[in-house]
Amino acid sequence: MELKTILFYLFSAILLFAALRVITARNPVHAVLYLVFTFFNTAALWLLLGAEFLAIALIMVYVGAVMVLFLFVVMMLDINIDRLRQGFWSYLPFGATIGLLMVAEMALVLSSEYFSTASFPDHPISASVSNTKELGRLIFTDYVYPFELASVILLVAIIAAVMLTLRHRTDTKHLDPSKQIAVKASDRLRIVQMSVEKPVTDCAPKEVLT
Amino acid sequence: MLQNFIAPDLTPALPEIFLLSMACAILLLSAFTHRTRLIAALIGPLTQLTLVGCAVLTYLTMDTQTVLTFSNMFVDDLLGDFLKLILMVAVTTVLVYSRDYLAVRNLEKPEFYLLVLFATLGMMVMISASHLITVYLGLELLSLSLYALVAIDRDSSRATEAAMKYFILGALASGLLLYGMSMIYGATGTLEIGGIAQAIDNHAANSGLMIFGLVFLVAGIGFKLGAVPFHMWIPDVYQGAPTPMTLLIGSAPKLAAFAMTLRLLVYGLFDLAGHWQAMFMIMAVLSIALGNLAAIAQTNLKRMLGYSTISHMGFLLLALMSGVVGDDKHFALNAYSVAMYYVVAYVMMSLGSFGMILLLSRAGHEAENLDDFKGLNKRSPWFAAMMMIFMLSMAGIPFFVGFFAKFSVLLAAVDAGYLSLVIFAVIFSLIGAFYYLRVIKLMYFDPPIDTAPIEARLDMRVLLSANGIGVALFGLFPNMLMALCTATLIHSM
Repeated sequence: MELKTILFYLFSAILLFAALRVITARNPVHAVLYLVFTFFNTAALWLLLGAEFLAIALIMVYVGAVMVLFLFVVMMLDINIDRLRQGFWSYLPFGATIGLLMVAEMALVLSSEYFSTASFPDHPISASVSNTKELGRLIFTDYVYPFELASVILLVAIIAAVMLTLRHRTDTKHLDPSKQIAVKASDRLRIVQMSVEKPVTDCAPKEVLT
Repeated sequence: MLQNFIAPDLTPALPEIFLLSMACAILLLSAFTHRTRLIAALIGPLTQLTLVGCAVLTYLTMDTQTVLTFSNMFVDDLLGDFLKLILMVAVTTVLVYSRDYLAVRNLEKPEFYLLVLFATLGMMVMISASHLITVYLGLELLSLSLYALVAIDRDSSRATEAAMKYFILGALASGLLLYGMSMIYGATGTLEIGGIAQAIDNHAANSGLMIFGLVFLVAGIGFKLGAVPFHMWIPDVYQGAPTPMTLLIGSAPKLAAFAMTLRLLVYGLFDLAGHWQAMFMIMAVLSIALGNLAAIAQTNLKRMLGYSTISHMGFLLLALMSGVVGDDKHFALNAYSVAMYYVVAYVMMSLGSFGMILLLSRAGHEAENLDDFKGLNKRSPWFAAMMMIFMLSMAGIPFFVGFFAKFSVLLAAVDAGYLSLVIFAVIFSLIGAFYYLRVIKLMYFDPPIDTAPIEARLDMRVLLSANGIGVALFGLFPNMLMALCTATLIHSM
C-alpha cells in the first residue's frame, strides 16, 4: 500500500468520525468545531486528488469565514440541547426512511450509464500545471464574458440590498468627521456686541426709604 | 501560457459594453445626488440618453452577418439587433411613462434608473446568448433587477408581498431551467447552443436524457413567459407591483423571453421540435382558456391585463408550435416570424394600456380599477379614443395591430393542420372580447366617478398618442412589420 492510499484512508476515517460527532456532540460549540474539522479533512482529500484550488477555497471560504460566523451565531444563541433531543426516537423511522431513500437514489444515479465518468472525455492535466493557474487563465480568457456578467449580477445585488434596507434616520447621534475637522472658531463661539449695562441707581424702591 | 490566446472581438458587443459603462458612470454620479439638485435631475435624462445611444450603436453595427465572439458565447445576428432596437424603444417608453408617477410618490430614485439599465443589459445578454451559461446569467441579471424594482416602494406591504412571490417563484423557475440545462449538458457534453444542435444531429446525444432536460427547460421558459400552468405569479405581481414596474415587467422582458425561447428551442433543440411542440400545445390551450375566463371576473385593471397577458402568451405558444409538422420544416420560417410579429405587437399594446393607467394616476390616486375609467370620454375624448384603440387591438378586432397578429398566428396554425385548436382559440378570443369591450363601454356610456382633470407632461401625452396611433397604423399596414420580421429571421436562421 503506497503512502497516498494510507493517507486517503486516514483522512477518510477522521472525516467520518468528525462528521458523526457533528450530529452526536452534546455541546453545539463542539459540534461546530467538529464541522470545521470535517472541512479540513475534506480539503485534505481534495489535495490528495490534486485539486488544490478547491482545497484552499474550502478552507478559506468555509473554515475561515462561514464557520467562524456560524460559531458566533451558535455562541450567541441560547440553545437548549435537551429540548432539541426530545422525540429523537419517534422521528427516527421517518428520518431513516428519507435517508435510505436518498442513498438509494444516489446509488441509482451514480451507477447509471448517463452519469458514469466514462461517458465524458477526461482532460488530463499534467502535475506540473497548477489548477489554480489554469482556472485563472480560463476565467480571464475563454470565460471572461460570463465572469464579467457574474460580477454585474453581484453589483445589482449590492445596489438592490442597499436600496431596500438603507434608511436615513434623523434621530441618530452620529458624528461626521469631515464636519468636525472643517470646523472654525466662528462656528463654535459667537461674540455678541452688547451695550454696557447702566449702573443700578434708581431701581431701589423709594417707598421703603421714605 | 497566454501566447495562444486571441483577444475576443469586442465590436459585436459594443452596445452592451456602452450600456454597462454608462450604468457604472451613472452609479458613480448617483453617489453625489444629495449634494446638488442638478445631479439628481441629470440622472433621468442621462439614462434616456444611454438607451438612445445604445439603440444608435445597435443600428450602426447592424448587418446581415452572424458573428460569434467571446469564445462562441455571444452571437450578433440580425435577429438580435432587431429585437434589441425594439427593446430600447420599449424601455425608453417605459421611462417616459413612469416619470411623473414615480416623482409624485417620491420613488424617482437613482436606483430605479440603475436597475432599469441593468435589467436592460440582462435582456440584451439574453437576446444575444449562444451559450447556456450566458442565457442563464442574462436571465438572472434581468430577474434580480426586476425583483428589486417590484420592491422599490418598500413601505407598501402589497408591493413587498408581490416582490416576495415573484422572487420565490422566479428562483424556483431559474432552478428548473438550470436543472434542465445540466441534463442537456449531460446528454450532449457541450453548453454551446450550436454545439448542442450539432450533437443531436450527429446522434451523439442520449435522447432519453435530452427529453428529460427538455421538460425542465420548457417549464422554465413557461414561467418566464407566464403560460399556464406556470402563470401563478402573473396576476399577483401585476397587481401588487407599482404600476411603472408592471409596465416594465409586462412589456420588454417578453421580447427577451421570446428570444430565449428561440435560441434554446429553435437554434438548439430544433430536432426535438416534435416533443416541445406537444408540450407547448398543452400550455397554449390552457393559457388561452384560463387567461380569458379569469380576466372576466376581475375589477382591477392591472390584474385583468395580467390575465390577458396569459392568454396572449397562449397565442404566442400557438405560433411557436406551428413550425414543424411531422418532419416537414418549411413552415418554420413563417411560424417563427408570425410569433415575432405577435410579440412586437403585444409589447406595443401592453405599453399603451399600462401607460393609460399611469396617465390617469396622480398623487394619492391609483387609477387601476375599472371604475376609474368610467366616463373617460367626458374627461378627455382623445385619450378615451386611445384606450379604445388599445382595447380593440388587444381583443383582436380588425384593423388594429392585434388583429393581424392573432389572424396570422391562426393562419400559421391552420397551415400546420391544427384546425380544431384554431376554432378553440377563436371561441375563447370571442369570450375574451367581453372584458376588453367592457372597458370601452365604461368609458363611453357611464357617468364619470372621478372628475379630476388629467395632469400629465407633454412628452408623455405625445408618446402615448404616438403609441396609440402606431397600434392603429401598424394594423392598417401590417405587411411592413411582417416583412421586417420575416427578413430578420431569413438572415439569422
